[in-house]
Amino acid sequence: MDELLKLSGVVTHIGSYHILHGVDLSVRRGRVTMLLGRNGAGKTTTLRSIMGLWKPRAGSIVFDGTPIGTLDTPDIARLGIAYVPETMGIFSQLTVGENMKLAATTARFNAARLDDVFRFFPILKTKWNDRAGLMSGGQKQMLAVARAIVENRRLMIIDEPTKGLAPAVIDQLIACLLELKARDTTILLVEQNFHMAQSVGDDVAVMDNGRVVHTGTMAALARDTELQTRLLGLSLAAHQ
Amino acid sequence: MLDHILSGDRPRSRILAALLLAAFVCLALAPFLFPGTKALGVAARICIFIVLAASYDIVLGYTGIVSFAHAMFFGIGAYGVAIALNQMEVGWLAIGVGVVCALAISAVLATLIGFISLRLRALFFSMVTLAFASFALIVATQLRDLTGGEDGLTFSLPRMLSPGFRLLAEPLFGVRIDGRVITYYLVFAAATVLFLLMLRIVNSPFGRVLQAIRENEFRAQALGFSIVLHRTLAGVIGALMATLAGALLAIVLRYNGPAASMSFEIMVDSILLMTVVGGMGTLYGPMLGAIIIVLAQYYLQPGMALLSGVLTGIPILPRLFNPDRWLLWLGVLFVVIVYFFPTGLVGRLRERARTD
Repeated sequence: MDELLKLSGVVTHIGSYHILHGVDLSVRRGRVTMLLGRNGAGKTTTLRSIMGLWKPRAGSIVFDGTPIGTLDTPDIARLGIAYVPETMGIFSQLTVGENMKLAATTARFNAARLDDVFRFFPILKTKWNDRAGLMSGGQKQMLAVARAIVENRRLMIIDEPTKGLAPAVIDQLIACLLELKARDTTILLVEQNFHMAQSVGDDVAVMDNGRVVHTGTMAALARDTELQTRLLGLSLAAHQ
Repeated sequence: MLDHILSGDRPRSRILAALLLAAFVCLALAPFLFPGTKALGVAARICIFIVLAASYDIVLGYTGIVSFAHAMFFGIGAYGVAIALNQMEVGWLAIGVGVVCALAISAVLATLIGFISLRLRALFFSMVTLAFASFALIVATQLRDLTGGEDGLTFSLPRMLSPGFRLLAEPLFGVRIDGRVITYYLVFAAATVLFLLMLRIVNSPFGRVLQAIRENEFRAQALGFSIVLHRTLAGVIGALMATLAGALLAIVLRYNGPAASMSFEIMVDSILLMTVVGGMGTLYGPMLGAIIIVLAQYYLQPGMALLSGVLTGIPILPRLFNPDRWLLWLGVLFVVIVYFFPTGLVGRLRERARTD
Protein backbone atom coordinates (compact mmCIF):
# COMPACT_ATOMS: atom_id res chain seq x y z
CA MET A 1 0.00 0.00 0.00
CA ASP A 2 1.53 3.34 -1.02
CA GLU A 3 1.84 6.56 0.94
CA LEU A 4 -0.62 9.34 0.21
CA LEU A 5 1.01 11.81 2.60
CA LYS A 6 4.59 11.85 3.81
CA LEU A 7 6.21 14.25 6.26
CA SER A 8 9.99 14.19 6.57
CA GLY A 9 11.89 16.15 9.23
CA VAL A 10 9.19 18.82 9.55
CA VAL A 11 10.24 21.67 11.85
CA THR A 12 7.64 24.28 12.84
CA HIS A 13 7.88 27.32 15.09
CA ILE A 14 4.95 29.31 16.42
CA GLY A 15 6.32 32.74 17.16
CA SER A 16 9.38 32.19 19.32
CA TYR A 17 8.25 28.68 20.37
CA HIS A 18 9.86 25.70 18.70
CA ILE A 19 7.02 23.15 18.52
CA LEU A 20 7.89 20.49 15.95
CA HIS A 21 11.47 19.20 16.08
CA GLY A 22 11.54 17.09 12.91
CA VAL A 23 8.35 15.13 12.40
CA ASP A 24 8.47 12.03 10.21
CA LEU A 25 5.05 10.64 9.41
CA SER A 26 3.45 8.54 6.69
CA VAL A 27 -0.25 8.21 5.93
CA ARG A 28 -1.06 5.24 3.75
CA ARG A 29 -3.74 5.37 1.10
CA GLY A 30 -7.11 3.96 2.10
CA ARG A 31 -6.23 3.62 5.79
CA VAL A 32 -7.08 5.47 8.98
CA THR A 33 -3.93 6.72 10.69
CA MET A 34 -4.26 7.73 14.33
CA LEU A 35 -1.97 10.45 15.64
CA LEU A 36 -1.72 10.06 19.41
CA GLY A 37 0.30 11.75 22.13
CA ARG A 38 0.14 13.66 25.36
CA ASN A 39 -1.22 17.20 25.44
CA GLY A 40 1.36 19.57 23.99
CA ALA A 41 3.15 16.84 22.04
CA GLY A 42 2.61 18.72 18.76
CA LYS A 43 -0.31 16.83 17.19
CA THR A 44 -2.43 19.86 16.28
CA THR A 45 0.65 21.75 15.10
CA THR A 46 1.47 18.82 12.81
CA LEU A 47 -2.01 18.95 11.27
CA ARG A 48 -1.85 22.72 10.89
CA SER A 49 1.58 22.46 9.31
CA ILE A 50 0.20 19.99 6.76
CA MET A 51 -2.59 22.46 5.94
CA GLY A 52 -0.12 25.34 5.62
CA LEU A 53 -1.76 27.30 8.43
CA TRP A 54 1.65 27.37 10.11
CA LYS A 55 4.50 27.19 7.64
CA PRO A 56 7.24 24.66 8.40
CA ARG A 57 10.75 26.13 8.62
CA ALA A 58 12.40 22.91 7.49
CA GLY A 59 11.55 19.46 6.22
CA SER A 60 9.22 18.36 3.47
CA ILE A 61 5.53 17.55 3.21
CA VAL A 62 4.56 15.56 0.10
CA PHE A 63 0.96 14.83 -0.81
CA ASP A 64 0.49 12.21 -3.52
CA GLY A 65 3.85 13.09 -5.05
CA THR A 66 3.32 16.89 -4.83
CA PRO A 67 5.41 18.92 -2.36
CA ILE A 68 2.92 21.08 -0.45
CA GLY A 69 5.11 22.51 2.32
CA THR A 70 5.37 25.92 0.66
CA LEU A 71 1.87 26.11 -0.78
CA ASP A 72 -0.78 28.45 0.61
CA THR A 73 -3.62 26.88 2.59
CA PRO A 74 -6.33 27.38 -0.07
CA ASP A 75 -4.12 25.68 -2.68
CA ILE A 76 -3.53 22.74 -0.31
CA ALA A 77 -7.26 22.43 0.37
CA ARG A 78 -8.00 22.47 -3.36
CA LEU A 79 -5.79 19.41 -3.82
CA GLY A 80 -8.58 17.49 -2.09
CA ILE A 81 -7.65 17.66 1.58
CA ALA A 82 -10.48 18.27 4.03
CA TYR A 83 -9.57 19.60 7.46
CA VAL A 84 -11.82 19.46 10.52
CA PRO A 85 -10.10 21.56 13.19
CA GLU A 86 -10.26 20.94 16.92
CA THR A 87 -12.39 24.04 17.43
CA MET A 88 -14.91 22.81 14.84
CA GLY A 89 -14.55 26.04 12.86
CA ILE A 90 -18.11 26.25 11.72
CA PHE A 91 -19.43 29.62 10.60
CA SER A 92 -21.95 30.51 13.27
CA GLN A 93 -23.59 33.41 11.42
CA LEU A 94 -24.42 31.24 8.42
CA THR A 95 -27.11 28.58 8.24
CA VAL A 96 -26.32 24.87 8.26
CA GLY A 97 -27.08 24.74 4.53
CA GLU A 98 -24.80 27.70 3.80
CA ASN A 99 -22.01 26.10 5.83
CA MET A 100 -22.37 22.96 3.75
CA LYS A 101 -22.46 24.86 0.45
CA LEU A 102 -19.18 26.58 1.31
CA ALA A 103 -17.53 23.16 1.47
CA ALA A 104 -18.87 22.09 -1.92
CA THR A 105 -16.77 22.78 -4.99
CA THR A 106 -19.76 22.62 -7.35
CA ALA A 107 -22.97 24.64 -7.30
CA ARG A 108 -25.09 21.53 -6.66
CA PHE A 109 -24.50 18.85 -4.07
CA ASN A 110 -24.01 15.25 -5.08
CA ALA A 111 -27.44 13.93 -4.08
CA ALA A 112 -26.18 10.50 -2.99
CA ARG A 113 -23.44 12.07 -0.90
CA LEU A 114 -25.89 14.47 0.74
CA ASP A 115 -28.17 11.53 1.53
CA ASP A 116 -25.20 9.88 3.23
CA VAL A 117 -24.62 13.01 5.32
CA PHE A 118 -28.26 13.08 6.41
CA ARG A 119 -28.16 9.36 7.18
CA PHE A 120 -25.11 9.83 9.41
CA PHE A 121 -26.41 13.03 11.01
CA PRO A 122 -30.21 13.34 10.60
CA ILE A 123 -30.31 16.45 12.79
CA LEU A 124 -28.56 18.45 10.06
CA LYS A 125 -31.51 17.92 7.73
CA THR A 126 -34.00 19.29 10.24
CA LYS A 127 -31.74 22.25 11.07
CA TRP A 128 -30.76 22.95 7.44
CA ASN A 129 -32.10 26.52 7.46
CA ASP A 130 -31.16 27.34 11.07
CA ARG A 131 -28.14 29.41 12.02
CA ALA A 132 -25.24 27.11 12.84
CA GLY A 133 -24.29 29.20 15.87
CA LEU A 134 -27.55 28.24 17.59
CA MET A 135 -26.75 24.50 17.57
CA SER A 136 -25.30 22.46 20.44
CA GLY A 137 -21.60 21.55 20.58
CA GLY A 138 -22.28 18.01 19.34
CA GLN A 139 -24.38 19.25 16.45
CA LYS A 140 -21.67 21.74 15.49
CA GLN A 141 -19.13 18.93 15.45
CA MET A 142 -21.45 16.87 13.24
CA LEU A 143 -21.70 19.83 10.88
CA ALA A 144 -17.91 20.22 10.83
CA VAL A 145 -17.48 16.54 9.92
CA ALA A 146 -20.40 16.65 7.47
CA ARG A 147 -18.71 19.52 5.65
CA ALA A 148 -15.63 17.39 5.20
CA ILE A 149 -17.53 14.45 3.75
CA VAL A 150 -20.10 16.22 1.59
CA GLU A 151 -17.74 15.67 -1.32
CA ASN A 152 -15.25 12.94 -2.02
CA ARG A 153 -11.90 14.04 -0.57
CA ARG A 154 -8.56 12.41 -1.15
CA LEU A 155 -7.53 12.89 2.47
CA MET A 156 -9.47 13.85 5.58
CA ILE A 157 -7.60 15.41 8.49
CA ILE A 158 -9.65 15.47 11.69
CA ASP A 159 -8.50 16.96 14.99
CA GLU A 160 -10.09 15.53 18.16
CA PRO A 161 -13.67 15.24 16.88
CA THR A 162 -14.98 13.75 20.13
CA LYS A 163 -13.62 16.41 22.48
CA GLY A 164 -16.31 17.40 24.97
CA LEU A 165 -19.07 15.44 23.26
CA ALA A 166 -21.75 13.20 24.78
CA PRO A 167 -21.30 9.40 24.33
CA ALA A 168 -24.31 9.16 21.99
CA VAL A 169 -22.81 11.75 19.67
CA ILE A 170 -19.43 9.98 19.79
CA ASP A 171 -21.12 6.76 18.69
CA GLN A 172 -22.66 8.59 15.73
CA LEU A 173 -19.24 9.93 14.74
CA ILE A 174 -17.67 6.47 15.07
CA ALA A 175 -20.37 4.98 12.84
CA CYS A 176 -19.72 7.67 10.27
CA LEU A 177 -15.94 7.17 10.30
CA LEU A 178 -16.31 3.38 10.09
CA GLU A 179 -18.44 3.69 6.98
CA LEU A 180 -15.94 6.11 5.42
CA LYS A 181 -13.19 3.65 6.30
CA ALA A 182 -15.12 0.85 4.60
CA ARG A 183 -15.11 2.98 1.43
CA ASP A 184 -11.28 3.20 1.54
CA THR A 185 -11.24 6.86 2.57
CA THR A 186 -7.82 7.99 3.76
CA ILE A 187 -8.03 9.65 7.16
CA LEU A 188 -5.48 11.20 9.51
CA LEU A 189 -7.13 11.46 12.90
CA VAL A 190 -5.96 13.02 16.16
CA GLU A 191 -7.94 11.54 19.01
CA GLN A 192 -7.69 11.22 22.79
CA ASN A 193 -10.68 8.92 23.09
CA PHE A 194 -9.30 5.37 23.10
CA HIS A 195 -12.67 3.81 22.28
CA MET A 196 -12.77 5.76 19.04
CA ALA A 197 -9.06 5.30 18.33
CA GLN A 198 -9.34 1.53 18.70
CA SER A 199 -12.62 1.38 16.77
CA VAL A 200 -11.48 3.17 13.63
CA GLY A 201 -7.66 3.22 13.61
CA ASP A 202 -5.56 1.04 11.26
CA ASP A 203 -2.16 2.61 11.76
CA VAL A 204 -0.83 4.70 14.62
CA ALA A 205 1.86 7.28 15.15
CA VAL A 206 2.63 8.48 18.67
CA MET A 207 4.14 11.93 19.17
CA ASP A 208 6.16 13.25 22.08
CA ASN A 209 7.95 16.57 22.42
CA GLY A 210 7.48 17.55 18.78
CA ARG A 211 8.61 14.24 17.25
CA VAL A 212 7.01 10.96 16.18
CA VAL A 213 8.41 8.41 18.64
CA HIS A 214 6.49 5.32 17.61
CA THR A 215 4.75 4.01 14.50
CA GLY A 216 2.94 0.73 13.99
CA THR A 217 -0.54 -0.69 13.80
CA MET A 218 -3.33 0.41 16.10
CA ALA A 219 -4.13 -3.19 16.92
CA ALA A 220 -0.59 -3.84 18.17
CA LEU A 221 -0.61 -0.75 20.37
CA ALA A 222 -4.04 -1.62 21.75
CA ARG A 223 -2.74 -5.01 22.85
CA ASP A 224 0.46 -3.74 24.50
CA THR A 225 -0.38 -1.90 27.73
CA GLU A 226 3.29 -1.58 28.66
CA LEU A 227 3.98 0.23 25.38
CA GLN A 228 0.95 2.44 25.93
CA THR A 229 2.16 3.42 29.40
CA ARG A 230 5.67 4.12 28.13
CA LEU A 231 4.52 6.18 25.15
CA LEU A 232 1.44 7.90 26.46
CA GLY A 233 2.00 7.90 30.20
CA LEU A 234 -1.06 5.77 30.90
CA SER A 235 -2.93 2.73 29.74
CA LEU A 236 -5.35 3.59 26.91
CA ALA A 237 -7.99 1.35 28.47
CA ALA A 238 -8.06 3.68 31.47
CA HIS A 239 -8.52 6.67 29.20
CA GLN A 240 -11.84 6.08 27.52
CA MET B 1 -41.67 37.96 -5.40
CA LEU B 2 -40.53 40.37 -2.66
CA ASP B 3 -38.28 37.63 -1.33
CA HIS B 4 -36.68 37.36 -4.77
CA ILE B 5 -36.20 41.13 -5.05
CA LEU B 6 -34.55 41.19 -1.61
CA SER B 7 -32.41 38.15 -2.50
CA GLY B 8 -33.95 36.24 0.39
CA ASP B 9 -32.48 38.72 2.88
CA ARG B 10 -35.59 39.67 4.83
CA PRO B 11 -35.45 42.39 7.50
CA ARG B 12 -36.14 39.68 10.16
CA SER B 13 -37.83 42.21 12.48
CA ARG B 14 -41.31 43.67 12.15
CA ILE B 15 -40.20 47.07 13.42
CA LEU B 16 -37.30 47.11 11.00
CA ALA B 17 -39.56 46.03 8.12
CA ALA B 18 -41.99 48.84 8.98
CA LEU B 19 -39.17 51.41 9.18
CA LEU B 20 -37.68 50.30 5.87
CA LEU B 21 -41.05 50.33 4.15
CA ALA B 22 -41.84 53.79 5.52
CA ALA B 23 -38.43 55.05 4.38
CA PHE B 24 -38.90 53.57 0.91
CA VAL B 25 -42.38 55.08 0.50
CA CYS B 26 -41.21 58.49 1.76
CA LEU B 27 -38.27 58.49 -0.62
CA ALA B 28 -40.34 57.23 -3.56
CA LEU B 29 -42.89 60.00 -3.06
CA ALA B 30 -40.50 62.65 -1.71
CA PRO B 31 -41.22 65.32 -4.38
CA PHE B 32 -44.94 65.06 -3.57
CA LEU B 33 -44.75 64.55 0.21
CA PHE B 34 -42.01 67.08 0.92
CA PRO B 35 -42.17 69.84 -1.70
CA GLY B 36 -39.40 72.39 -1.77
CA THR B 37 -35.86 72.55 -3.03
CA LYS B 38 -34.19 71.84 0.32
CA ALA B 39 -36.35 68.81 1.12
CA LEU B 40 -35.77 67.35 -2.35
CA GLY B 41 -32.04 67.93 -1.97
CA VAL B 42 -32.04 66.15 1.40
CA ALA B 43 -34.00 63.22 -0.05
CA ALA B 44 -31.54 62.92 -2.94
CA ARG B 45 -28.63 63.08 -0.52
CA ILE B 46 -30.21 60.29 1.56
CA CYS B 47 -30.50 58.09 -1.55
CA ILE B 48 -26.86 58.72 -2.45
CA PHE B 49 -25.56 58.10 1.06
CA ILE B 50 -27.60 54.89 1.34
CA VAL B 51 -25.61 53.57 -1.62
CA LEU B 52 -22.34 54.96 -0.25
CA ALA B 53 -22.79 53.59 3.29
CA ALA B 54 -24.04 50.23 2.00
CA SER B 55 -21.02 49.98 -0.30
CA TYR B 56 -18.77 50.66 2.71
CA ASP B 57 -20.61 47.94 4.60
CA ILE B 58 -19.51 45.42 1.94
CA VAL B 59 -15.93 46.30 2.89
CA LEU B 60 -16.24 46.87 6.64
CA GLY B 61 -19.24 44.78 7.64
CA TYR B 62 -18.80 41.80 5.36
CA THR B 63 -15.02 41.42 5.39
CA GLY B 64 -14.10 43.14 8.66
CA ILE B 65 -11.46 45.44 7.16
CA VAL B 66 -11.34 49.13 8.04
CA SER B 67 -10.63 51.25 4.99
CA PHE B 68 -10.26 55.02 5.06
CA ALA B 69 -10.11 55.25 1.27
CA HIS B 70 -13.82 54.95 0.64
CA ALA B 71 -14.41 58.70 0.34
CA MET B 72 -11.61 58.72 -2.24
CA PHE B 73 -13.66 56.42 -4.50
CA PHE B 74 -16.74 58.56 -3.86
CA GLY B 75 -14.73 61.61 -4.90
CA ILE B 76 -13.37 59.89 -8.00
CA GLY B 77 -16.95 59.25 -9.15
CA ALA B 78 -17.94 62.85 -8.52
CA TYR B 79 -14.82 64.21 -10.23
CA GLY B 80 -15.33 61.85 -13.18
CA VAL B 81 -18.69 63.40 -14.00
CA ALA B 82 -17.59 66.96 -13.11
CA ILE B 83 -14.43 66.89 -15.22
CA ALA B 84 -16.15 65.20 -18.18
CA LEU B 85 -18.99 67.74 -18.19
CA ASN B 86 -16.41 70.54 -17.96
CA GLN B 87 -14.10 69.27 -20.64
CA MET B 88 -16.61 67.79 -23.10
CA GLU B 89 -19.80 69.01 -24.68
CA VAL B 90 -22.58 68.86 -22.09
CA GLY B 91 -24.70 65.78 -22.63
CA TRP B 92 -25.36 62.19 -21.65
CA LEU B 93 -22.24 61.06 -23.51
CA ALA B 94 -20.07 63.23 -21.27
CA ILE B 95 -21.73 61.78 -18.16
CA GLY B 96 -21.24 58.25 -19.52
CA VAL B 97 -17.58 58.85 -20.33
CA GLY B 98 -17.01 60.43 -16.90
CA VAL B 99 -18.63 57.52 -15.09
CA VAL B 100 -16.78 54.85 -17.10
CA CYS B 101 -13.39 56.57 -16.62
CA ALA B 102 -14.06 57.00 -12.89
CA LEU B 103 -15.05 53.34 -12.54
CA ALA B 104 -11.89 52.23 -14.34
CA ILE B 105 -9.66 54.40 -12.11
CA SER B 106 -11.42 53.19 -8.96
CA ALA B 107 -11.17 49.55 -10.01
CA VAL B 108 -7.43 49.86 -10.64
CA LEU B 109 -6.79 51.71 -7.36
CA ALA B 110 -8.95 49.31 -5.29
CA THR B 111 -7.17 46.31 -6.82
CA LEU B 112 -3.80 47.91 -6.14
CA ILE B 113 -4.71 48.69 -2.52
CA GLY B 114 -6.05 45.17 -2.06
CA PHE B 115 -3.08 43.28 -3.39
CA ILE B 116 -0.47 45.59 -1.86
CA SER B 117 -1.90 45.88 1.59
CA LEU B 118 -4.33 43.06 2.40
CA ARG B 119 -1.43 40.82 3.26
CA LEU B 120 -0.56 43.30 6.00
CA ARG B 121 -2.05 43.31 9.47
CA ALA B 122 -5.38 45.13 9.84
CA LEU B 123 -3.86 48.26 11.39
CA PHE B 124 -1.29 48.67 8.62
CA PHE B 125 -3.95 48.10 5.99
CA SER B 126 -5.96 50.98 7.46
CA MET B 127 -2.84 53.16 7.45
CA VAL B 128 -2.19 52.37 3.78
CA THR B 129 -5.77 53.28 2.83
CA LEU B 130 -5.42 56.51 4.80
CA ALA B 131 -2.25 57.32 2.85
CA PHE B 132 -4.01 56.67 -0.46
CA ALA B 133 -6.95 58.87 0.60
CA SER B 134 -4.65 61.72 1.68
CA PHE B 135 -2.69 61.49 -1.56
CA ALA B 136 -5.90 61.59 -3.63
CA LEU B 137 -7.09 64.66 -1.71
CA ILE B 138 -3.78 66.42 -2.38
CA VAL B 139 -3.97 65.54 -6.07
CA ALA B 140 -7.54 66.86 -6.25
CA THR B 141 -6.57 70.19 -4.70
CA GLN B 142 -3.29 70.61 -6.59
CA LEU B 143 -4.41 69.81 -10.14
CA ARG B 144 -6.26 73.10 -10.40
CA ASP B 145 -6.54 73.11 -14.21
CA LEU B 146 -8.37 69.80 -14.18
CA THR B 147 -10.22 69.72 -10.85
CA GLY B 148 -10.66 73.40 -10.02
CA GLY B 149 -8.50 72.99 -6.90
CA GLU B 150 -10.07 73.98 -3.58
CA ASP B 151 -12.85 75.88 -5.39
CA GLY B 152 -13.98 72.78 -7.26
CA LEU B 153 -15.91 72.66 -10.52
CA THR B 154 -19.38 73.88 -11.43
CA PHE B 155 -20.96 72.57 -14.61
CA SER B 156 -24.17 72.32 -16.58
CA LEU B 157 -26.24 69.18 -16.98
CA PRO B 158 -28.12 67.85 -19.99
CA ARG B 159 -31.22 69.95 -20.61
CA MET B 160 -33.59 67.34 -19.23
CA LEU B 161 -31.90 67.57 -15.81
CA SER B 162 -31.70 71.36 -15.62
CA PRO B 163 -34.18 73.16 -13.30
CA GLY B 164 -35.68 75.11 -16.19
CA PHE B 165 -36.84 71.99 -18.05
CA ARG B 166 -40.56 71.15 -17.82
CA LEU B 167 -41.63 67.59 -18.55
CA LEU B 168 -45.35 68.29 -18.12
CA ALA B 169 -47.13 71.53 -18.90
CA GLU B 170 -49.40 71.21 -15.87
CA PRO B 171 -48.35 70.35 -12.30
CA LEU B 172 -48.97 66.77 -11.16
CA PHE B 173 -50.66 66.59 -7.73
CA GLY B 174 -49.61 70.19 -7.27
CA VAL B 175 -45.96 69.54 -8.06
CA ARG B 176 -44.23 70.91 -11.14
CA ILE B 177 -42.39 68.05 -12.89
CA ASP B 178 -39.20 69.88 -13.79
CA GLY B 179 -35.56 68.98 -14.21
CA ARG B 180 -35.01 68.83 -10.44
CA VAL B 181 -37.74 66.22 -9.99
CA ILE B 182 -36.41 64.22 -12.96
CA THR B 183 -32.91 64.39 -11.47
CA TYR B 184 -34.29 63.19 -8.14
CA TYR B 185 -36.03 60.21 -9.70
CA LEU B 186 -32.89 59.37 -11.68
CA VAL B 187 -30.98 59.29 -8.38
CA PHE B 188 -33.75 57.38 -6.59
CA ALA B 189 -33.97 54.73 -9.34
CA ALA B 190 -30.18 54.34 -9.51
CA ALA B 191 -29.92 54.08 -5.71
CA THR B 192 -32.69 51.46 -5.58
CA VAL B 193 -31.09 49.35 -8.30
CA LEU B 194 -27.60 49.64 -6.76
CA PHE B 195 -28.85 48.78 -3.27
CA LEU B 196 -30.73 45.71 -4.53
CA LEU B 197 -27.65 44.71 -6.51
CA MET B 198 -25.52 44.92 -3.36
CA LEU B 199 -28.13 42.88 -1.51
CA ARG B 200 -27.83 40.28 -4.27
CA ILE B 201 -24.03 40.28 -3.99
CA VAL B 202 -23.86 39.82 -0.22
CA ASN B 203 -26.44 37.02 -0.37
CA SER B 204 -24.68 35.22 -3.22
CA PRO B 205 -22.19 32.38 -2.64
CA PHE B 206 -19.48 35.05 -2.90
CA GLY B 207 -21.11 36.99 -0.06
CA ARG B 208 -21.26 33.85 2.08
CA VAL B 209 -17.54 33.35 1.56
CA LEU B 210 -16.94 36.94 2.71
CA GLN B 211 -18.96 36.27 5.86
CA ALA B 212 -17.05 33.05 6.42
CA ILE B 213 -13.72 34.87 6.08
CA ARG B 214 -14.89 37.57 8.49
CA GLU B 215 -15.83 34.96 11.07
CA ASN B 216 -12.95 32.52 10.76
CA GLU B 217 -10.09 33.26 8.37
CA PHE B 218 -8.20 30.04 9.08
CA ARG B 219 -11.22 27.88 8.50
CA ALA B 220 -12.17 29.66 5.28
CA GLN B 221 -8.63 29.16 3.99
CA ALA B 222 -8.76 25.49 4.92
CA LEU B 223 -11.89 25.20 2.77
CA GLY B 224 -9.88 26.49 -0.18
CA PHE B 225 -10.82 30.18 -0.26
CA SER B 226 -8.14 32.80 -0.85
CA ILE B 227 -8.45 35.57 1.73
CA VAL B 228 -6.58 38.20 -0.28
CA LEU B 229 -8.49 37.48 -3.50
CA HIS B 230 -11.92 37.61 -1.89
CA ARG B 231 -11.18 40.68 0.20
CA THR B 232 -9.72 42.45 -2.81
CA LEU B 233 -12.81 41.61 -4.85
CA ALA B 234 -15.03 42.90 -2.04
CA GLY B 235 -12.92 46.08 -1.93
CA VAL B 236 -13.27 46.56 -5.69
CA ILE B 237 -17.05 46.04 -5.59
CA GLY B 238 -17.37 48.50 -2.69
CA ALA B 239 -15.17 51.01 -4.52
CA LEU B 240 -17.19 50.76 -7.75
CA MET B 241 -20.45 51.31 -5.87
CA ALA B 242 -18.98 54.30 -4.04
CA THR B 243 -17.81 55.71 -7.38
CA LEU B 244 -21.34 55.45 -8.80
CA ALA B 245 -22.68 57.16 -5.67
CA GLY B 246 -20.15 59.95 -6.23
CA ALA B 247 -21.31 60.37 -9.82
CA LEU B 248 -24.89 60.74 -8.58
CA LEU B 249 -23.78 63.37 -6.04
CA ALA B 250 -22.13 65.44 -8.77
CA ILE B 251 -25.32 65.29 -10.85
CA VAL B 252 -27.47 66.43 -7.91
CA LEU B 253 -25.13 69.24 -6.81
CA ARG B 254 -24.09 70.32 -10.32
CA TYR B 255 -20.81 71.00 -8.54
CA ASN B 256 -17.91 69.04 -7.12
CA GLY B 257 -15.01 69.98 -4.91
CA PRO B 258 -12.73 68.28 -2.39
CA ALA B 259 -14.93 69.17 0.59
CA ALA B 260 -18.10 67.99 -1.12
CA SER B 261 -17.03 64.45 -1.88
CA MET B 262 -13.50 63.56 -0.86
CA SER B 263 -12.85 65.05 2.56
CA PHE B 264 -11.96 63.17 5.72
CA GLU B 265 -15.21 64.55 7.22
CA ILE B 266 -17.22 62.66 4.58
CA MET B 267 -15.29 59.49 5.45
CA VAL B 268 -15.70 59.69 9.23
CA ASP B 269 -18.71 61.92 9.94
CA SER B 270 -20.83 60.33 7.26
CA ILE B 271 -19.73 56.97 5.84
CA LEU B 272 -18.26 55.39 8.97
CA LEU B 273 -20.88 56.88 11.28
CA MET B 274 -23.81 55.73 9.13
CA THR B 275 -22.48 52.18 8.87
CA VAL B 276 -21.71 51.82 12.58
CA VAL B 277 -24.91 53.50 13.82
CA GLY B 278 -27.12 51.46 11.48
CA GLY B 279 -25.40 48.15 12.09
CA MET B 280 -22.48 46.61 10.24
CA GLY B 281 -22.87 43.53 8.08
CA THR B 282 -26.56 44.02 7.42
CA LEU B 283 -26.84 46.48 4.47
CA TYR B 284 -30.20 47.55 5.92
CA GLY B 285 -28.23 49.07 8.80
CA PRO B 286 -26.28 51.54 6.67
CA MET B 287 -29.57 52.39 4.96
CA LEU B 288 -31.14 53.41 8.28
CA GLY B 289 -27.87 55.01 9.39
CA ALA B 290 -27.74 57.14 6.24
CA ILE B 291 -31.30 58.36 6.77
CA ILE B 292 -30.69 59.25 10.43
CA ILE B 293 -27.35 60.98 9.92
CA VAL B 294 -28.37 62.98 6.85
CA LEU B 295 -31.56 64.11 8.56
CA ALA B 296 -29.52 65.07 11.64
CA GLN B 297 -27.00 66.96 9.49
CA TYR B 298 -29.77 69.01 7.89
CA TYR B 299 -32.45 69.33 10.55
CA LEU B 300 -30.72 69.04 13.94
CA GLN B 301 -29.44 72.63 13.78
CA PRO B 302 -32.78 74.26 12.84
CA GLY B 303 -34.54 71.95 15.31
CA MET B 304 -32.22 73.11 18.06
CA ALA B 305 -32.80 76.76 17.10
CA LEU B 306 -36.52 76.14 17.50
CA LEU B 307 -36.01 74.37 20.84
CA SER B 308 -33.66 77.07 22.08
CA GLY B 309 -36.31 79.71 21.30
CA VAL B 310 -39.00 77.76 23.15
CA LEU B 311 -36.76 77.40 26.20
CA THR B 312 -35.94 81.12 26.43
CA GLY B 313 -36.13 82.30 30.01
CA ILE B 314 -35.13 78.99 31.52
CA PRO B 315 -31.53 79.03 32.86
CA ILE B 316 -28.78 77.12 30.97
CA LEU B 317 -31.09 75.15 28.63
CA PRO B 318 -31.30 77.71 25.78
CA ARG B 319 -27.49 77.88 25.73
CA LEU B 320 -27.23 74.12 25.88
CA PHE B 321 -29.44 73.80 22.83
CA ASN B 322 -27.86 76.71 21.00
CA PRO B 323 -27.90 75.77 17.30
CA ASP B 324 -24.14 76.33 17.11
CA ARG B 325 -23.76 73.28 19.36
CA TRP B 326 -25.46 70.89 16.88
CA LEU B 327 -22.24 69.00 16.22
CA LEU B 328 -21.87 68.37 19.95
CA TRP B 329 -25.36 66.84 20.07
CA LEU B 330 -24.66 64.81 16.94
CA GLY B 331 -21.62 63.43 18.79
CA VAL B 332 -23.76 62.68 21.87
CA LEU B 333 -26.30 60.91 19.63
CA PHE B 334 -23.48 58.79 18.17
CA VAL B 335 -22.08 57.86 21.61
CA VAL B 336 -25.54 56.98 22.94
CA ILE B 337 -26.34 54.76 19.94
CA VAL B 338 -22.98 52.97 20.05
CA TYR B 339 -23.29 52.47 23.82
CA PHE B 340 -26.86 51.20 23.88
CA PHE B 341 -26.83 49.48 20.48
CA PRO B 342 -23.33 48.03 20.02
CA THR B 343 -24.57 45.93 17.11
CA GLY B 344 -26.21 48.98 15.55
CA LEU B 345 -29.89 49.75 15.25
CA VAL B 346 -30.58 46.85 12.90
CA GLY B 347 -28.60 44.40 15.02
CA ARG B 348 -30.56 45.46 18.11
CA LEU B 349 -33.92 45.23 16.34
CA ARG B 350 -33.09 41.75 15.07
CA GLU B 351 -31.93 40.59 18.51
CA ARG B 352 -35.17 41.86 19.96
CA ALA B 353 -37.21 40.07 17.29
CA ARG B 354 -35.36 36.82 18.07
CA THR B 355 -36.03 37.02 21.79
CA ASP B 356 -39.72 37.99 21.39
